[in-house]
Amino acid sequence: MKRIRTIFYITAILLATLTLTGCESTLTVFDPQGPVARNLTELIIFSIIFMLLIVIVVFVLFGFIVWKYRAKPENEDYEPPHEEGSTALEITWFLIPVLIVVALTIPTIITISDVEDIPEGYDDQEPLVIHVTSADWKWIFSYPEQDIETVNYVNIPADRPIQFKMTSAGTMQSFWVPSLAGQKYTMANMQTQLYLVADRPGEYIGRNTNFNGEGYAHMSFEVVAESAEDFNEWVSDVKNTANVLTEDEYREILTPSIIGRKTYNETHLQWIDHAHGGSEEYINPEDYETHLYEQEGEIDEEDSDVSITDTETDEEQDESESEQSNEEMDMDESEHEGHDGH
Amino acid sequence: MKLDEFFVTGDPIIFLSQIAIGLTIIGLVALISYLKKWKYLWQEWFTTVDHKKIGIMYIIAGVLMFFRGGVDGLMMRAQTSRPGLELLDGQHYDEIFTTHGVVMILFMAMPLLIGIMNVVLPLQIGARDVAFPKLNALSFWLFFGAAMLFNISFVIGGSPDAGWTNYFPLAGVEFSPDIGNNFYAIALQIAGIGTLATGINFIVTILKMRAPGMTLMKMPMFTWTSLVTSVLIVAAFPILTIALLMMTLDRMFGAHFFTVAAGGDPMLWLNLFWLWGHPEVYIVVLPAFGMYSEIIATFSRKNLFGYKTMVISIVAIAFLSMLVWVHHFYTMGNSAAVNSVFSVTTMMIAIPTGVKIFNWLFTMRKGRIQFTNAMMWSLAFIPCFTIGGVTGVMLAMAAADYQYHNTMFLVAHFHYVLIPGVVFAVFAGLYYWWPKMFGFTLNERIGKWHFWLFVIGFNMTFMPMFFVGLDGMSRRMYTYSESTGWAPYLGFSAIGSLVLAAGFAALVYNIYWSFRYASRDIGGDPWDARTLEWDTASPVQEYNFAVTPEVTELDQFWKNKKEGKNKLKKEEIKDIHMPSNSGIPIIMSVAFGIVGFFLIFEWFTLAAIFSIAIIAGLIASSFDYDDGYHIPAKKVLETERKWRGDL
Repeated sequence: MKRIRTIFYITAILLATLTLTGCESTLTVFDPQGPVARNLTELIIFSIIFMLLIVIVVFVLFGFIVWKYRAKPENEDYEPPHEEGSTALEITWFLIPVLIVVALTIPTIITISDVEDIPEGYDDQEPLVIHVTSADWKWIFSYPEQDIETVNYVNIPADRPIQFKMTSAGTMQSFWVPSLAGQKYTMANMQTQLYLVADRPGEYIGRNTNFNGEGYAHMSFEVVAESAEDFNEWVSDVKNTANVLTEDEYREILTPSIIGRKTYNETHLQWIDHAHGGSEEYINPEDYETHLYEQEGEIDEEDSDVSITDTETDEEQDESESEQSNEEMDMDESEHEGHDGH
Repeated sequence: MKLDEFFVTGDPIIFLSQIAIGLTIIGLVALISYLKKWKYLWQEWFTTVDHKKIGIMYIIAGVLMFFRGGVDGLMMRAQTSRPGLELLDGQHYDEIFTTHGVVMILFMAMPLLIGIMNVVLPLQIGARDVAFPKLNALSFWLFFGAAMLFNISFVIGGSPDAGWTNYFPLAGVEFSPDIGNNFYAIALQIAGIGTLATGINFIVTILKMRAPGMTLMKMPMFTWTSLVTSVLIVAAFPILTIALLMMTLDRMFGAHFFTVAAGGDPMLWLNLFWLWGHPEVYIVVLPAFGMYSEIIATFSRKNLFGYKTMVISIVAIAFLSMLVWVHHFYTMGNSAAVNSVFSVTTMMIAIPTGVKIFNWLFTMRKGRIQFTNAMMWSLAFIPCFTIGGVTGVMLAMAAADYQYHNTMFLVAHFHYVLIPGVVFAVFAGLYYWWPKMFGFTLNERIGKWHFWLFVIGFNMTFMPMFFVGLDGMSRRMYTYSESTGWAPYLGFSAIGSLVLAAGFAALVYNIYWSFRYASRDIGGDPWDARTLEWDTASPVQEYNFAVTPEVTELDQFWKNKKEGKNKLKKEEIKDIHMPSNSGIPIIMSVAFGIVGFFLIFEWFTLAAIFSIAIIAGLIASSFDYDDGYHIPAKKVLETERKWRGDL
């Protein structure tokens, strides 16, 4: 296994060099930051090796045949033979793809089961459960154990398995943090699960990949992986300083809009878990009748509201807060941090 | 309803389009009236039941829709060419990628392929027409009516904006209260009815109207793929019909099949949509495989290598295509077992496809390859489609798909499959069969410009998408920030799309140039081809074959040429029975269009009143006792003498 892994990494490095176009960074999918994503990356690289092989064989054969048998003035009178086919050859190029498919199927099936569970080596740890509720066009994270809730960012302890229990308040979305794990849909009245572990502290970008209307392109969030101590400190900060989430405020969050980051004490799970029905009470079709570009002014206002109502007045500016004010300045700013770019 | 809700207002691009559409319509009507061509158009084209003319109309409509869908594509590439650009707002971008997808699949690929099938298929099997000529005309007019209905959406009422996949619950009234998605439900329904009729028509034509002696295993490859495609149409399109009906009930009549509220199940839509949608991909790709088989054999001067395995392969592909739809939503939380099963069935499609690629390569081996335009497109297909194919296998691996799903990697993959697999084939087919339609060949030199610009532009446009996809860019994002680092890739892609567009422009110029200047003296068989359609004049006589050919083996026409037996005997020519023209198809299409329009705006009383016209059309049609007319043998003899030069 160790040898195979080495081969993987050598190929990964080769591929990375191949795919670079003057840019210093590696493509996100080839630069996994946790065991789940690494598992997927290994499978991807494994498949790429086979695919390159096929592409090379076809291209070489194609080039050779087209060049060798091209029409030239010299072979004008050449009359090609009649060939019905060749059973031996046809069986060969039937069997080789069969073998390749088998070779790809086995690791695929193993990986599918692997990523649906707590990653290997972390089984002894109790996973941290975080409920994810996606809405138009923001991400809501509830920590039932800690009884706190965040919007558009999620702090997690590094080196510890996280179990996301995911649902949607309305339209269908897809939860994706390419650096840490693959994606999964979030749907109203249903619950999907996703496990991930971050190797070390760091910041990663997550986004929605399933189109859900106008604000879709802006529907991203940040995963902040911290050491266990920092995480606990952050939790106690929130407990001490953040406002309590009220149902009115929650309804406000759910209306279709693009908003910044927010932090609350207590979670919305006390009124509704969208995985188990009842979402329709929070959906107002009239909200979707006006488009974002028609209400742009309002959105900015709402955003600036956020900093007044939801931030703590203490001089103790914790992490979440300073990030929050960053967020106010520029939605795109946050995307900067997840990339090793340039 | 107020006028400003009826017409889309407030966007300068759309306002310009409104003016342009108005002026074009006025201009066309004025021009036709000035040239006094209304009677000619009505008699020769609008009421025709001749499969060749219907085919040509399909192709013209398909090329126009290609232009429309292409402009959508260019606007998308322009919008994402730089980070944070504001050419289009989010809503407008959403409408554009939705209509781009629908137009390209249903109103570009389908009509172009069905158009070529219409022209070629009866000729290849030695038939006089399709089995049900009037139904064929109705199919075309329904498609055309639906395409026009769908197209007015961006100036009247608003375009659909939930993606061509139209996923619920987003597409429902809860989250898309505008009428845009009604256009999707109704226009696709009307087009779908037409397509279903075409599928039935072609199955009967192929099974019942082959020339004597042409057993199934002696049918040309394009006929085979058309048959399999038609069977797929009949298997898949009823699912779309039902899904769209449920969508209509949801959106207009308060049903809850797919909604969040009242126990609706959005996954039901995904299952129904892809149960139709995945076979649909093969419905457009299989006829293309048939065209390549004909063209590669002709221009290598060889028979097709491994004919039997080719036939087995297409049947296998068609069968598997119905079993893989779940791969479109691996990430919806299926169990590992379900994902594994669909992963395997999906990857299995690569096996028969690979067999076909190698058979094509070996058809060329020991041949004498001529680089005509038709052949160039067929050659370019092989490497480009291979890239599409191998990335398809990568996507098929369910676990890996967790990283590709709904990303630009996917967008790159399906463009690498659909453009070489459908668009290249359509170009190849047009260059190849053009003489059968119009009596001259397209210019080869301008054609080379078309070819190189298009192929290079295509690779420049879509190759970078693989990389941004792997770098975490999801599809359908109308904007992104500088810090993502995607700008160089997408900028390059935008330049590529301009090259691509220049290639299309070269095709248009080629058609124009060839109509004016190309030689009309090309005979019936300009390519020294192998199949029966080349045993007719260019353009084809209205009755196709003076005497129904007899077939004893595959590539009969080629064999006859080698043995010098393609002569016609004077005494064999008899009176030929032909079907009469009919105005009912076009009138019914107009009625369908009007009813559809009222349904879209949910004006049900008006829709009900006008649907009487549809029923009246059906009744009138069933009391139509006109069973055609005869072309006298003398006239046939005269026509044949003119192009054959003997008899």
